[in-house]
Amino acid sequence: MRGLIAVLLASITGMFCSFVTYMPVIGDVNTPPNQHVTPTYISESIDDTGSLNVVTAVIIDYRGFDTMWETTVMFLAGLTTVLLLTSNRCGRRPEEEINRRDEGGEILK
Amino acid sequence: MKGFGGIIINIAFRGLVPFTIVYGIYVLCMGESSPGGGFQAGALLAVGILISRMVLGNGENGFNIKGNTSVIMAGVGTFIYAFTGWMTVLNGGKFLEYDCMPIHMEPVHEMHAMAIFIIEIGVAMCVMMTIINLMEAITKRGDEDEDAGTE
Repeated sequence: MRGLIAVLLASITGMFCSFVTYMPVIGDVNTPPNQHVTPTYISESIDDTGSLNVVTAVIIDYRGFDTMWETTVMFLAGLTTVLLLTSNRCGRRPEEEINRRDEGGEILK
Repeated sequence: MKGFGGIIINIAFRGLVPFTIVYGIYVLCMGESSPGGGFQAGALLAVGILISRMVLGNGENGFNIKGNTSVIMAGVGTFIYAFTGWMTVLNGGKFLEYDCMPIHMEPVHEMHAMAIFIIEIGVAMCVMMTIINLMEAITKRGDEDEDAGTE
């Protein structure tokens, strides 16, 4: 059963990796993003948003909702990491850990 | 954590930290019209504060953000972003439609720029406080191990 799952996972991973070869070449003019999206952003962002910087216009204005959740995800990731780092190992309270250490010391004596 | 500054690090740090923080504020304010923005500004500000804490140690400098303050400030930064969206909704626009901000400025573009600036402040605050928060958690754990070792 385990071997089957491993083979399945490996084949799915290989499938996803092989999709890369079918992706368009970087800088290809004939791909849909380069034909419609990029020219529209470049030519109309200053009228739409009034921002002199196209990157700011795209990040904050056209995709403001995306950036909002990016910020939220980063905050939550930081919060979770801090919670994991500051929690005690094995779920023991600090005073219990000190007691255990004292007991061990007595045994060694 | 204890600071590890020697004479060279202390003197270099006096020039480095104010420059980093002022540059972070510049990137934050000019992010709308030049390369930069909230994320980069937050990282720069956090680096400035982290360097000063690493060199001088906790408790000796002015940037000593204690306890849960950094977590709360990160949440406030995220809230500023969402609240800007809700302000435009309450003022009769769509979510994050910056032309409908309650602040009234004569050219619409100015209002737009103001809304982007508010949002970038929120993002910068969130990034900066999250980095400080992580640093604080790691150093706290290291200090606890150190204390356990010396007992």
